[in-house]
Order: sequence, then structure tokens, then C-alpha cells
Amino acid sequence: MDITYWNKDIETMDRSAIEALQVKRLRELVDQSLKTEFYKKRLSRAGITSADDIQSLDDLRRLPFNVKDDLRQNFPTGLLAVDMRQVVRVHSSSGTTGIPTVIYLTQQDMDNWTNLIARSIVATGCCQDDVFQNMMTYGLFTGGLGLHYGAERVGMTVIPVGGGNTQRQVQIMKDFKTTVLHVTPSYLLHIHSKLENFNTEPNDLYLKKAFLGAEPYSENTCLKLEELYGIDAYNSYGLSEMNGPGVAFECVYKQDMHVWEDAYILEIIDPETGESLPDGEKGEVVLTNLVRSAMPLFRYRTRDLAFVHPEPCPCGRTHRRLSRILGRTDDMLIINGVNVFPSQIEEVVMAVPEVGTNYLIHLSKQGTLDRLTVKVEIYAKMFTGNMKELDALKKKITEKLRASITINPHVELHEPGALPHSEGKAKRVFDEREQL
Amino acid sequence: MAKQLTIFMENRPGRMKSISDVLLENNLNIWAFTIQDRGEFGLMKLIVDKPEKAQLALADCGFACVLKDVLAVTAEKDQPGNLDKLTTALLEKGVNVKDAYGFVSPKDRQGICLMEVDNPNDLGLEETIAAHGFTLLTGKELYEL
Repeated sequence: MDITYWNKDIETMDRSAIEALQVKRLRELVDQSLKTEFYKKRLSRAGITSADDIQSLDDLRRLPFNVKDDLRQNFPTGLLAVDMRQVVRVHSSSGTTGIPTVIYLTQQDMDNWTNLIARSIVATGCCQDDVFQNMMTYGLFTGGLGLHYGAERVGMTVIPVGGGNTQRQVQIMKDFKTTVLHVTPSYLLHIHSKLENFNTEPNDLYLKKAFLGAEPYSENTCLKLEELYGIDAYNSYGLSEMNGPGVAFECVYKQDMHVWEDAYILEIIDPETGESLPDGEKGEVVLTNLVRSAMPLFRYRTRDLAFVHPEPCPCGRTHRRLSRILGRTDDMLIINGVNVFPSQIEEVVMAVPEVGTNYLIHLSKQGTLDRLTVKVEIYAKMFTGNMKELDALKKKITEKLRASITINPHVELHEPGALPHSEGKAKRVFDEREQL
Repeated sequence: MAKQLTIFMENRPGRMKSISDVLLENNLNIWAFTIQDRGEFGLMKLIVDKPEKAQLALADCGFACVLKDVLAVTAEKDQPGNLDKLTTALLEKGVNVKDAYGFVSPKDRQGICLMEVDNPNDLGLEETIAAHGFTLLTGKELYEL
């Protein structure tokens, strides 16, 4: 198999050299973090007041964990460690409880991130001969712009089409002889189901590869997509807090994702105790970003569950590989690639006086796409017997939900007391999606 | 004015029975009913002999239900053109009909038309309907058929 590298020295570095680089960068990270009041306080409580407190990789464990709530509580600029004039890019997640999580990047941070994505793309065998059609959403979401910049850096021909409009996507694939896609697996399945409508067969396309991301999927979906289109599909991993894509990517061997350990320190912990787990054991992924100075973030608990493959990869890269994401430690749902917490839905429902306090979230598949149904009970005292008002109520809830979670739900009205009340902790989420 | 009982009802097997069970337990008589369907739910609309009692009984069982004023119209004689005359009267007053259904009176085999309109108590509506040869039944007249 042909192996190409973006930066062979770094990608094939000895483990000891990787660790030495990690320690050096971790010391810089500590110094950078100490420029913010939040980290200064948090680190001093852990007995760390300067980079000199970090002498080896073992000292990483002296640093406290950080969680998503820390980002929210420090919104918008509490974790900013540089002057805003140095910031060239802002990205943000959708606000889970009204407060979004935001990240900042300097020009140097952008370069670092873009190089990691370029490295990821080259690891899949892409080069400047390729035509890259980016079907991910652009904007504040890191996935769209992240891959866009990385693909340009590689020198691919980039088509920034963004998400949706299947007919146009297919036409562009034909017109420009697209060879590589960046897409969610469910949307790629959806496109396949529509090809016939556009008098197109997979053979009429020029596709060779697809980068799949933004939502979890099984090995079977990956194989199915590869077969349907006759392509190689590559899994990727990233999260906006860690810049987005470019944290880990599959190489041409497609045996799980290399985590770029010169840029990220990967730990797997027991989510209950916080203890580090050995390679091969499933636990919560904890990441430290070593190459972002605008907004330092270390030992970040991702809430994703996975395990590490320590064995060397036939591609020659020494960076350890991460399994696909096997689940979450919290109740976050991923609906058509969008992260949604049940609490977001609850907040909207509770604020509508015409409905009661009980609600259910139901997830199913409509074709290959996810369908979100939110079931609410009408509040007897507010009932007027007027169908128009019930229609308007449904519309109001639908629109409020769409504004909050950015996806269009199907809202159902139910009789007071009709939805199952569970004893103890209410089970409000029913996920009947077949695992893709 | 005649009262119609409007009940919010989920659209699935057994929900109508849960309503009729309550009416039976309270020995209530149904003159007429209709259902307006809207996907996962619908509105059941009933004319019963004791509407207040029915509403209380259903509300006690947790149903969302209300009493609404409706027009209960009856004609002297069953003959062609009655509906046309009635719609002429309604048009004169610019009244929009939201829902309508009917039944035959057990007493004198007279047809009775029930209509849900936006403002049933509009001034002059009753007179206009009467001027076209119809009678608007009061609640009492309707319940005591």
C-alpha cells in the first residue's frame, strides 16, 4: 500500500520523542494558562504556579480536569489567554442551556490546526489531484471550515457547497468530478437513496473517498457506504473544544484513528473515579490541546467513551490509535449530526404555559435520516376547545425548539397524564433508531 | 344558548371508550357527537343532556374539556332548500362555520343542525336566522328532547 505523509518526521517519531515534545509543550501550555484568572486560581489550588512544576509526563496528572461547564461559566472570554486583537477566528457550539461554548484561535493556532487536518487528509492518501466536496455545514460549526482549510492546505480543489440540497450536491459531484467527500454518514446514505431520482448511478460519479464524521456510526454503516459507492470511507474524531476535526483520523489502513499526539495528549479515564486506565480499556476520552495559545484547555473531559490501540500501525505512524466512539457518559443525543441535550428540549417545553410538565423525546429513522418527535401533554386548564389554537400551539413549540436546537422537530400533543410517568428518575428519551 | 362539550382526545384505540365510560357511569345521555381529527389527536364534540355534569365528571378523570356555545337550529318542515336558506342567513351576518353536524330529534323526528361558529352570541344572529324561518333551540329545549 502507498503510504504518504504530510510531515513524516513528526508522524513517525519515536514514542520517547513524542513524549518529550509533549512535556515541552505542556510546560508552555501551563505558562499560557496562568495568564487567565480562572486557571491561575484552579492551578494554584493544585499546587502549580509555573511551568517548572511540570517535569515529566507524569506531572500531567497533577493538573485538574476541566469540563464543559467550566467553558460555559467562563463565557465569553474567561479562558482567553491572549489579547483579542491576536484572535483571528471564533468558533462556537450551539448553546446547550442558553450559554454556548466558544473557542478562540490566533493565526498561529489556525496554522497548527490546519496543518493537523492537512496531515489527516494526506494520511488517507489524498493529494492535490483530488477534488474535495465539503458537505458539512459552514459557520460556527468547526467541521465545515476546519476541513475546508485543511483541504486547501493540501492543495486539493475545494468545493465549499455546505450541507443540504441533494440534487445540487449530485450535480456538482458530476460537473466537477468530485473524488473526495466530507459528509455525515446518514446524509451520504440519504444521497444514495435519491440518486435514482436524478438518473444517476454511483458509477456515474468519480468518488474515491469519503471522510465521515459529526455523528457516531457503526462499522457496518461504513462498510455499507463503501460498497454502495465503491469508495473508501474514513472515520474521524474531533470536538469543537479541541478545535474540531483533526484530533484523530484513520489512515489508509482504516484500523481506527491516529490521535496526533504531538498536538494532543490523550488519556482514557474511568469516568466514575477519574483514574487513568491502561491502553485497551474502555473509558472516557480526556484530551489536552498542546497547540492552541489563544484559549488553553487541558485535561478536558470529552464524555466520549472509547479505548486506545497501542499496537504499531502498518502505516508506520507511531501515534496511538483511538477506537470509534462507543458511547457517552452523559445523555447527549446526536440527531442528524447535531448535538442535542434533553435539557434543551425540557427548557423549551417548560416555558410554554399551554402544556404540562411531562414530555417525551422520541427518536426514529425516516429513511436514513433521524426524526425527532417531541411529545407534550396539553394543560387542561388552558384548553379552549379551539382547533386553531391547538395548531398554533404546536407550531409555537416547533419553532421554539428549532430556534434552540437548530433541528426541526415533529411535535405531538397528548392528553393530560397520557405520557408514561416513570417512577424515580423519569425516562424521557426513547431512541428507536437502528444503529446505523 | 346550547352548549357543546369539547374534549381533547388522543387518536388511538380505547380513548373514545374512556370517555363513554365516564358518561355511562354518570348516566348521561348523548344526543349527538362528532370528531374532528388532527393526526395524533382530535376533538370529540358532544351534545349531552347534562353538559355541566358531564364536563365536571370528565375533568375529574383528567380530561381537558370545555363547554362552548353552539347554534342548535331546527326547521319547521324537512324540505329541499333548507340548508340553502340557512346558509343565506349566515352569509347575511357574515358568520363563518367552523364545524357542523346534526341529528334527528327523538320527540318529533325533527332535524336539528348544530353549528360551531366564531361568535354564536352575536347581536341579531338569532333574529336573522328566525327571519329565514328557523328556530334556534335554547340549551334547555335541546337537553330535554
